[in-house]
Amino acid sequence: MGLESYLKESGFITTKLDAVIGWARKNSVWPMPMGISCCAIEMMAVGDPKYDIARFGSEVMRFTPRQCDLMIVAGTVTYKMAPVVKKIFDQMPDPKWVIAMGACTSSGGMYRSYSVVQGIDQFLPVDIYLAGCPPRPDNLLHALMKIQDKIGKTKAAEFKNLPDLNVIQNN
Amino acid sequence: MDLKELIPQKLKENFPDIEFEISDYKEELTIKLDKKRIVEVCKFLKEDPDLQFNYCSDVTAVDWAKRKNRFTVVYNIFSLNNSFRLRLKSDVDESDCAIDSVSSVWGSANWQERETYDMYGIKFNNHPDLRRMYMPEEFEHHPLKKDFPLMGIPGSLPLPKK
Repeated sequence: MGLESYLKESGFITTKLDAVIGWARKNSVWPMPMGISCCAIEMMAVGDPKYDIARFGSEVMRFTPRQCDLMIVAGTVTYKMAPVVKKIFDQMPDPKWVIAMGACTSSGGMYRSYSVVQGIDQFLPVDIYLAGCPPRPDNLLHALMKIQDKIGKTKAAEFKNLPDLNVIQNN
Repeated sequence: MDLKELIPQKLKENFPDIEFEISDYKEELTIKLDKKRIVEVCKFLKEDPDLQFNYCSDVTAVDWAKRKNRFTVVYNIFSLNNSFRLRLKSDVDESDCAIDSVSSVWGSANWQERETYDMYGIKFNNHPDLRRMYMPEEFEHHPLKKDFPLMGIPGSLPLPKK
């Protein structure tokens, strides 16, 4: 079973660092629940024991953007709300991913109106568009699995605009 | 005496110089009056011991687009003691797009008048804090006017850069 069986035979494994980091990263995606309207109810259902997002290692919904990898934009984004969503997204550390959950965030949905942003891809880099109004919880899990696939395949060399890390050294 | 008869009678007694247009449609009483006298009539309706219209449930407006008096401001008021609902209306023209605020009479009219100002551009004189209710403060238009396009005016609401 798993890693232990390898360790029992030879005591070491050889792999690429990208693969290990990708494997660790994709199984501990910490979501930023940007719940703005009704999609947020379905997002909450994903956290409960019936659908249980913990099976995918993403149960730690962080309400501070500084600890998150994945922003789930769940709900209608109005023009007044757009700067707030962008500000929170900007506070998330790189690398980061975005799910546009539901019809409203993907395209404006049924709100074809002056007040609603017709698709959040106008100001955010969206990785997954999720259909449904609102999408069912299993649909959101599907989106999460797609994101996990994407994260697992990502190589460190592909990340752009990463800040140089200032390592703080203690004495 | 029924309130439907009592209200018009009392108003005519106390304000003989105002012309009231009274209509009773589908059991709903509506009274239309000159916008200059709206505050004193509202104050009377609230403070008269027989009427006691102590709750202002809504202030809104209608845009008639091409009519002579373009807007009609509508007040829905309710008497909790008599369980009676009354609608007041007042015409406002675009050339003098303002009406006196009734927020000194009913505190709840404060935000409702702000909403009406935001959506129709009708100014409320003597309002304590006439800011926009829904739209961003730097927004220049009034969305519920009939000549405002459904999808808005491009560029009027800035989005953050990607």
